Amino acid sequence: MKTIYADNAATTAMCPEAINAMTDCMNNIYGNPSSLHHIGQEAARVLTAAREDIASCLNASPAEIYFTSGGTEADNWAIRNAARLGKLKNKNHIITTAFEHHAVLHTLKKLEKEGFEVTYLDVHSDGYVTPEQVAAAIKDETCLVTIMFANNEIGTIQPIAEIGAVCKEKGVLFHTDAVQAVGHVKVDVKEQNIDMLSLSAHKFHGPKGTGVLYCRKGISLLGLMQGGAQERNKRPGTENTPAIAGMAAAMKKACAEIDKNAEFVSGLRDKIIDEVLSVVPRARLNGGRENRLPGNVSFCFEGIEGESLLLYLDLKGICGSSGSACTSGSLDPSHVLLALGLPHEIAHGSLRLSLCEYNTPEEADYIIAEIPKVVSRLRDMSPVWERIMKEEQK
Amino acid sequence: MAYSEKVMDHFENPRNLGKMDNADGIGEVGNAKCGDIMKIYLKVDDGIISDVKFNTFGCASAIATSSMATEMIKGKPVEEALELSNKAVVEALDGLPPAKIHCSVLAEEAVKAAVADYYTKNGIELDPEIFGNGCGSDCAACDHCG
Repeated sequence: MKTIYADNAATTAMCPEAINAMTDCMNNIYGNPSSLHHIGQEAARVLTAAREDIASCLNASPAEIYFTSGGTEADNWAIRNAARLGKLKNKNHIITTAFEHHAVLHTLKKLEKEGFEVTYLDVHSDGYVTPEQVAAAIKDETCLVTIMFANNEIGTIQPIAEIGAVCKEKGVLFHTDAVQAVGHVKVDVKEQNIDMLSLSAHKFHGPKGTGVLYCRKGISLLGLMQGGAQERNKRPGTENTPAIAGMAAAMKKACAEIDKNAEFVSGLRDKIIDEVLSVVPRARLNGGRENRLPGNVSFCFEGIEGESLLLYLDLKGICGSSGSACTSGSLDPSHVLLALGLPHEIAHGSLRLSLCEYNTPEEADYIIAEIPKVVSRLRDMSPVWERIMKEEQK
Repeated sequence: MAYSEKVMDHFENPRNLGKMDNADGIGEVGNAKCGDIMKIYLKVDDGIISDVKFNTFGCASAIATSSMATEMIKGKPVEEALELSNKAVVEALDGLPPAKIHCSVLAEEAVKAAVADYYTKNGIELDPEIFGNGCGSDCAACDHCG
């Protein structure tokens, strides 16, 4: 059986450039970057080069790049730091959206318990917030606006530059969780008025367990942990040199090929969306079609449940997801789909396929052929579908 | 969270899947809001469940537990079907992940509801000791999905 990997929003396969950079590092550059001897300094040079490459992909300066263990740490760090700065000025209000990743939402929930007030902006039925909403929500006590660049489940890209401009004008820090965006759509921290940004290497064919917090120069940043002097005294612990080298190699490649990949991948995406919606009745696309991640397809099929859909597709070799991978284990439908205003029973029938440039047109055709069959099979055994059909006949 | 081979087998090849015309008893439990509904159809001849079918809206374990429950009651006297426990279904499937145990409860309830429907249709009084407990599809009182 062939395998079609269409779960690139969960994680990606590593690119050869990243693997080569990592193996070269593991084979040859074992030093501790903090050591003063030449073996250590070789490793320090790898870090410097990686930092420069990553900074240049984001239009940031190397001194604004902090290596972390991934997107979650970067999100926690950025939000905690902004809250700390807010507290110093007696500002305890934070603005976010209702459909952030749990790394952001759960950090904010914790801050609420610590006395912060959080405003969760409505993302509307199509999955976008507006700069006007942000402007209207900002008050004197607001110390942070944190809004994801692109949503992980439904792929909608937020008007980040405009939101950043609002924050800049009002003098409020702006953080964006850009984990799903970096390497897939253009990210420019200066042009888009971003103060802090989180990214994760494994979403753009880099290794897992490594990421970056970008923090604009001039913002006071304190570390979350105590320890050595790594990362300019902000993030202690010996750096994961091979992973960082791999991340930089993957990011360089992804950013260099971003337009070509986006065009190809969005072509596959649009074909799957158009054909599945035209063949399968009572199916809907989650999230607007404009300003959508090139690889994101997110459907809801009425009358069936997402997990069984996902597992039947897996039996056909197609790897997708239902809601976010982080949502599995919970019995509730994803908070992202509920934030769009979907009723529970429809949100249960969700399927996300996330494509990348490694997918082929033949794979898209296979997906298009198999989805209607699997949906029909599940609908044939569904009492909910039976009821829907009876009501339709009335 | 991983499913046992037995669960995957019953999910992939559900036994007794389908609807039934002129069923002697039909039981439907669950709620689409919670993500699972099971419907069980019984054919009863001389007090024996001669045929059984099911339809399910739900996850893989909901489909597998329905399938296993129907297999366990087929050919049995109606009274024996009432003794089917969710635990027995779980054991027969070589276990379920903790978050999915409620599916087996639903399967037990679906069987009970189908038998209750059969009894009611045949003027047999329902023993509250057997039919009085369980969620009884009282979704307002259920905190399963919060």
